[in-house]
Amino acid sequence: MASTLHIGLRPLPTLVLVASLVLLPVVLTAVDQPFYIVLASRVLIYALIASSLNLLIGYGGMVSLGHACFVGAGAYTTAVLVHAGIGSAWLAWPAAALAGAVLAAMIGAVSLRTRGVYFIMITLAFAQMAYYVVVSLRALGGDDGLVLPRRTGYGFGLDPHADMTFYYAVLGVVVLLMAGLRRLLNAPLGRALQAIRDNDVRMEAIGFPVFRIQLAGFVIAGATAGLGGGLLADLNQQVSPSLLHWTQSGTLMVMVILGGAGRFLGGVLGAAVLLLAQELFSDVTTHTALGIGLVLLAVVLFAPAGLAGLWRQVAR
Amino acid sequence: MTAPPGLQVDGLRKRFGGVSALDDASLAVKPGELHALIGPNGAGKTTLIQLVSGAERADAGRIVLDGAVIDGLPMHRRVALGLARSFQISSVFPAFTVLENVALAIQARSRARCAVWRPVAGQAALFEPARRVLDVVGLGARSDIAAGALSHGERRRLEIGLTVATGARLLLLDEPLAGLGPDESARVVALLRTFKGQAGILLVEHDMDAVFQLADRISVLVHGRVIASGVPQAIRAHPEVRRAYLGESTA
Repeated sequence: MASTLHIGLRPLPTLVLVASLVLLPVVLTAVDQPFYIVLASRVLIYALIASSLNLLIGYGGMVSLGHACFVGAGAYTTAVLVHAGIGSAWLAWPAAALAGAVLAAMIGAVSLRTRGVYFIMITLAFAQMAYYVVVSLRALGGDDGLVLPRRTGYGFGLDPHADMTFYYAVLGVVVLLMAGLRRLLNAPLGRALQAIRDNDVRMEAIGFPVFRIQLAGFVIAGATAGLGGGLLADLNQQVSPSLLHWTQSGTLMVMVILGGAGRFLGGVLGAAVLLLAQELFSDVTTHTALGIGLVLLAVVLFAPAGLAGLWRQVAR
Repeated sequence: MTAPPGLQVDGLRKRFGGVSALDDASLAVKPGELHALIGPNGAGKTTLIQLVSGAERADAGRIVLDGAVIDGLPMHRRVALGLARSFQISSVFPAFTVLENVALAIQARSRARCAVWRPVAGQAALFEPARRVLDVVGLGARSDIAAGALSHGERRRLEIGLTVATGARLLLLDEPLAGLGPDESARVVALLRTFKGQAGILLVEHDMDAVFQLADRISVLVHGRVIASGVPQAIRAHPEVRRAYLGESTA
């Protein structure tokens, strides 16, 4: 079938990618650069969060400028649970996802009644409200945020404070969720989301409940971002209001556009390139943002399908 | 009083600001009949389609489908109850293939329309009925190209295919012949004829030759009001209709 919608699973490249990610910490340890294991964990977490935003922007046509608030909801949920003495990742991470989902359901139920630039503005407004709520709540540490005395644990005698163990836990979650995302996009709901992106009026006219489908997509993206936030809280052992700031939502959007909105690995590529560039060039120059800005400009002008679409564009 | 089967539109009113688009418009479409709605430009034909399909709300009046009051329901609920519309300007999914376009309409009425696990690709229950619809509208050979690459005439037929694929018992077709040349036009007329008896159709159309060829009954809308309703011969002979409408164009 000549479908361009179905996201195929090419076994060899997938295997190579996953195998390299599995071997990465072993190699980094062997060359005595364990610091980069933490960086790799950060890239993986942001790859997941950016992919959840890609589901909204790239596949759902819902250009949300408030995605960071779901990340924040998950991060603070994990932090609060740790403070309350609930230190199991098996509870804290699903709770983080649930927090993201609940917040997304509330924000989506209102925002999805608007379209276009109004949707962008109303998601931004809700996210800023969430930001100021967190800043003003003393129980959440106000401006300073909260410190996690320890990471959430996995049981089985595993130590979450070993960077390699934490990395593998994150890798497991991210690979599982990306597989689930592919599944979702290929399934009826994913098709419906993409069709609504292309022509919402027609979707309603052939009998789809457009609002409910978009809300479902919004909640799934919020839950995934919330889970990503839970992982971030563990990674940094600290949460602060800056996680929810609108510039964070902007950075996530840059990742998606840079990597390729509506490309399956767009969010992953964008997160990897942006974070690695910041890391690598921060030693050389303080003007990393300028360089990233120029690269983004080039991508938008010459490769509208992002880096993920670039190689196909070149091959043609 | 039990409502007869088919579509009843009763006393529909709609104002846009100070302009009255529909003023007490009433008509009935019997099951399986092809009922044409004609009238001069600005008479309110498209507004009537908008209100009956659920794209906009009427200010007053009642819409009944097979005995069930449907005004107040959102558009997708009306489709589920068996009432689907087509658009005057083709409204398709350009990035989807022609087959995937129609498969979406089949998916809309499948139980697993919003399932999250089983891939759509390879679901014969969606694609086989979609292929049958494409054969009916004569796009079988074009099923694997992107809908955005279709010619205008092909797009008009896909538009009809999408509407038919919903499985609706009552179709609202908004100028399906708009912008078609004589050959394509004859093709669509023949296509519409095959639907007669299978689904009730409310056809809005400017092509009078097509209307008088196809229609079982015709309603004439002038200034937001149905001034006459009847079989084609009666409409042709109706003095008020001749004066208000036919006299202007067909003589």
